[in-house]
Amino acid sequence: MTATSPAAPARVPSAPAVPHHQGWGGLLASEWTKIRSVRSTVWTLIIFVVVTLGLTALFTWLTVANWTGPKAGPRDARVILDPVGFILGSGLGLGQLTLCVLGVLVISSEYSTGVIRASLLAVPRRLKMLTAKSLVFAALLIVVGEIIAFGAFLIGSAILHSRVPVSLSDHNVTRAVVGAGLYLTVLGLFSLAIGALIRHTAGAITTAIGVVFVLPILSGLLPGSWGNHVNGYLPEQAGVLVGQSHPASGDVLSAWEGFGVFCLWTAVLLAIAAYLLQRRDA
Amino acid sequence: MIEVNDLTKRFGDKVAVDHLSFAVEPGRVTGFLGPNGAGKSTTMRLILGLDHPNSGTATIDGKPYRDLPDPLCTVGALLEAKSMHSGRSARNHLLFLAQTQGLPRSRVDEVLGLVGLQAVADKRAGSFSLGMSQRLGIAAAMLGDPQVLLLDEPVNGLDPEGVLWIRNLMKQLAGEGRTILVSSHLMNEMAVTADYLIVIGRGKLITQSTTEDVIARSTDTSVRVRTPEAARLAELINAAGGTAKPGENGGRAGPGNGAGLLTVTGMPAPRIGEIAASASIVLHELTPMASLEEAFMELTAGSLEFGQHGRPGQPPSPPGQPNPVNATQGSVQ
Repeated sequence: MTATSPAAPARVPSAPAVPHHQGWGGLLASEWTKIRSVRSTVWTLIIFVVVTLGLTALFTWLTVANWTGPKAGPRDARVILDPVGFILGSGLGLGQLTLCVLGVLVISSEYSTGVIRASLLAVPRRLKMLTAKSLVFAALLIVVGEIIAFGAFLIGSAILHSRVPVSLSDHNVTRAVVGAGLYLTVLGLFSLAIGALIRHTAGAITTAIGVVFVLPILSGLLPGSWGNHVNGYLPEQAGVLVGQSHPASGDVLSAWEGFGVFCLWTAVLLAIAAYLLQRRDA
Repeated sequence: MIEVNDLTKRFGDKVAVDHLSFAVEPGRVTGFLGPNGAGKSTTMRLILGLDHPNSGTATIDGKPYRDLPDPLCTVGALLEAKSMHSGRSARNHLLFLAQTQGLPRSRVDEVLGLVGLQAVADKRAGSFSLGMSQRLGIAAAMLGDPQVLLLDEPVNGLDPEGVLWIRNLMKQLAGEGRTILVSSHLMNEMAVTADYLIVIGRGKLITQSTTEDVIARSTDTSVRVRTPEAARLAELINAAGGTAKPGENGGRAGPGNGAGLLTVTGMPAPRIGEIAASASIVLHELTPMASLEEAFMELTAGSLEFGQHGRPGQPPSPPGQPNPVNATQGSVQ
């Protein structure tokens, strides 16, 4: 492939002399262009949708197919108590992993490819760049997250209907479905903050997955009620509560309290990321 | 106009830029010359606000880069390191940059046309050759039609056609009254491109002057003489107004350095020959040191990051030590 190459440009065209200023509209449009113009975004979102909806259908179907009745086991009893929590958890448990990856990639890929230099030359006010990126990514996730949360609920509740009928008008169900979409949005920002802090894709993805998936397992090994409290305040453990209609035994936080704790974790990480972004050499 | 004032940048123990001061004037191509590792890229990154200096300031039209209201419309930069996503098309790369400055979409097509990339505008940047990547980098730098351009090693790895294209572009842009700072580690490339040279080594300013000056000073002042009667000839040369020093390049390590070798400055080779003939002194060698690369080596001797041109047992001259060019031209602005 070769480019046409004039020996020297006849005349360098000047930019139009319209007054232009670095406004938020332009910054948001720019971040949107960045997100939509790479394949990794599109593919990660497709995988997210397929995995989440697919697993929701699979696990709810398996549950229906192997139904033993409310007296038989704690698992089925839990499904009856909190059907919406079960439906949402069945697909999103694994599906959310792809959003962790996407959140990290949105910023770490700028470092791995060197785009960060172009980005910061264009927007040397680094906090503005990070804010615009976070807002655009959050807007994308809240749309995708809510669509998938409602989609998963509709698929799961239709499959589960013969055993455990559940509808959006049931107590706390709409809040749980909306909450699941919000949880996914904040999870994406949580991962973005980790990506901004660590800057290396592999390291950041490992860290994000470690915090979201591995820490709860480790803290679950802690004995007694303080182990229970540590576990309850972990980002993912606190965050998922908003996607359940009934608290499980041992929950130390209510649904919105848990979501608040998760938001606080994310805000703190974003603040540290913003501070380091300003301080560090790009 | 770019002004760098007492700029210092350390990475751990290593001083990359060491109290560097210079100014880059509009209307000419200013070459930023130094061996690899001299601190050229770091200096540019400091000017562009990508790195934070330990002390000192760098301003563009009197403002630090981060205070420019529409930075890409004031300064364009082509960095040596790649700064594009391999999976993003050339058009989208330029589009997201244009959007940050509130520039219209049509401007993206204009700069694509300027660098001749229209045909591949929607291809992924990862499929681009080095030359095409450089063109995309130039397009990004020209997006805001800036009056100031910083180009870090723009011809590195380019084919001759690409080199010529960038050379002509830089001259043209300077001719339009823009401020152009272009770095290189190749003296010969700078000799044909730059009007003015800023030479640094180990992060310090070695000399700055017009390219003509640097070349003239470097090519006609040094003559290598080899003779069995070095001491006697040196006396005669010194008496006649020249300066003869034993060894090569005033003591710098060089091939065949040793007894019988003189480096003469301030006297042309024919005059040295005449003096030797009139005193019946046999000359084994009489070589004007005319190479630009040699002049550059001399300028940056002792300031090479990895010392690959030095020889063991021969301590490099301290970086701050005046040499003929430095002594006479160091203060020229």
